[in-house]
Amino acid sequence: MNLDFSQLGPYIPFLLQGIWITLKFVFVSILIGLILGTLLALCKITRHSILTWFANAYTSIFRGTPLILQLMIIFYAIPQLTGYDIPTFLAAILAFGLNSAAYVSEIIRAGIMAVDKGQVEAAEALGIPYRPMMLNIILPQAVKNILPALMNEFITLTKESAVVSTIGYLDLMRRAQIIGAQLYRNFEPLLVAGLIYWVMVVILTKLGSIVERRLRASD
Amino acid sequence: MIKVEQITKVFGKNPVLKNISTTIHQGEVVAIIGPSGSGKSTFLRCLNLLEKPTEGKIYIKDQEITNPKVNILEVRKHIGMVFQQFNLFPHMTVLENVTYAPQKVKKLAKGEVEKNAKDLLAKVGLSDKVDSYPSQLSGGQKQRVAIARALAMEPEIMLFDEPTSALDPEMVKEVLDVIKDLAETGMTMVIVTHEMNFAKEVADRVIFIDDGVILEDAEPHQFFNEPKSERAKDFLSKLL
Repeated sequence: MNLDFSQLGPYIPFLLQGIWITLKFVFVSILIGLILGTLLALCKITRHSILTWFANAYTSIFRGTPLILQLMIIFYAIPQLTGYDIPTFLAAILAFGLNSAAYVSEIIRAGIMAVDKGQVEAAEALGIPYRPMMLNIILPQAVKNILPALMNEFITLTKESAVVSTIGYLDLMRRAQIIGAQLYRNFEPLLVAGLIYWVMVVILTKLGSIVERRLRASD
Repeated sequence: MIKVEQITKVFGKNPVLKNISTTIHQGEVVAIIGPSGSGKSTFLRCLNLLEKPTEGKIYIKDQEITNPKVNILEVRKHIGMVFQQFNLFPHMTVLENVTYAPQKVKKLAKGEVEKNAKDLLAKVGLSDKVDSYPSQLSGGQKQRVAIARALAMEPEIMLFDEPTSALDPEMVKEVLDVIKDLAETGMTMVIVTHEMNFAKEVADRVIFIDDGVILEDAEPHQFFNEPKSERAKDFLSKLL
């Protein structure tokens, strides 16, 4: 067994560019998941049974099937059905965003349910309409409770993002594989890629605890 | 000011209020007294529709608020409420708690709202706590902020749901003093309370509710000295 990182040298810029590519689509996916997940969570707690049914069905489907299958369906099935040749980036953010929304909606729903009922009553008694009540009073308290669970979801998404290499999206993982194929050495590029994923997650965790600390200012 | 016509409230199969009617006039201070589970809090919560009566009508200033077409939020702007558990917004400072609704609901300018809020907080003796968070306050202080928050909307009616029941004994007085001051300004108030001396002193009328029914509706001295019903006599005899 011999490790030789020296041959990796010329490929390092190619690999590092993958960081930005991965981050870009992870960031957009998190954003989609967060917005859609919040809307779904609100659907789950309304009295409108159709909305609740829809949100529950959505969650059931996207949590109940493999992410890689969802990605494949979006990337391969959409062109087959519509003739629209979907770009890998769009397919990636759709699959990850839609999938993450299912998980995020459950996290946020739990967070909202955990906020004291008296908060809604106090807001209602003051004549505060639904939307500002949710945005300014209920959700900020919910977010504080669920931040660790949300961070967990973001970390999972960041790591699982490597799955997009299967549709040829040139993310960090895909680049490591390409370099491995060219060098006939897989261990070194995969090891470096693994290190980079780990550092990204560590930074994300750090950011999470900073936000958490700031939200605790009122305790 | 407030007219309640034959309201009934049923939770599941359990009737909590049975055919209750009463009228509360402008400037009146009404204490609602009764054993736990008698329906007195439910009655109070019906007045701003936090609970919707199963049957019956409620009029506020001649407007029937139980009519489904009425905009409830509009009605609630004019009715302040203070809760047993304070229900302050924990992620907002004291000042933000008091200014949020006037700014958001009444769309008043920030400067004006803040000035008014600081005046109110001074009145309840909390000028030095403007920038504190609720978690940094004692129970009595929290309840005084809650009163200021309700008053900031300049309501015409104030509802108090056992405002001192969650307080340490030594903090009850500071809250009752604030409510007493408010009563003297001529505010129409409905207070659910277990503080009999306070009711005696501040209320114009005492309504005694038991098992979802108004058993007595009398002036305080009459109610406390010569209650008519056996149930009220029994209830009062068990108090210190």
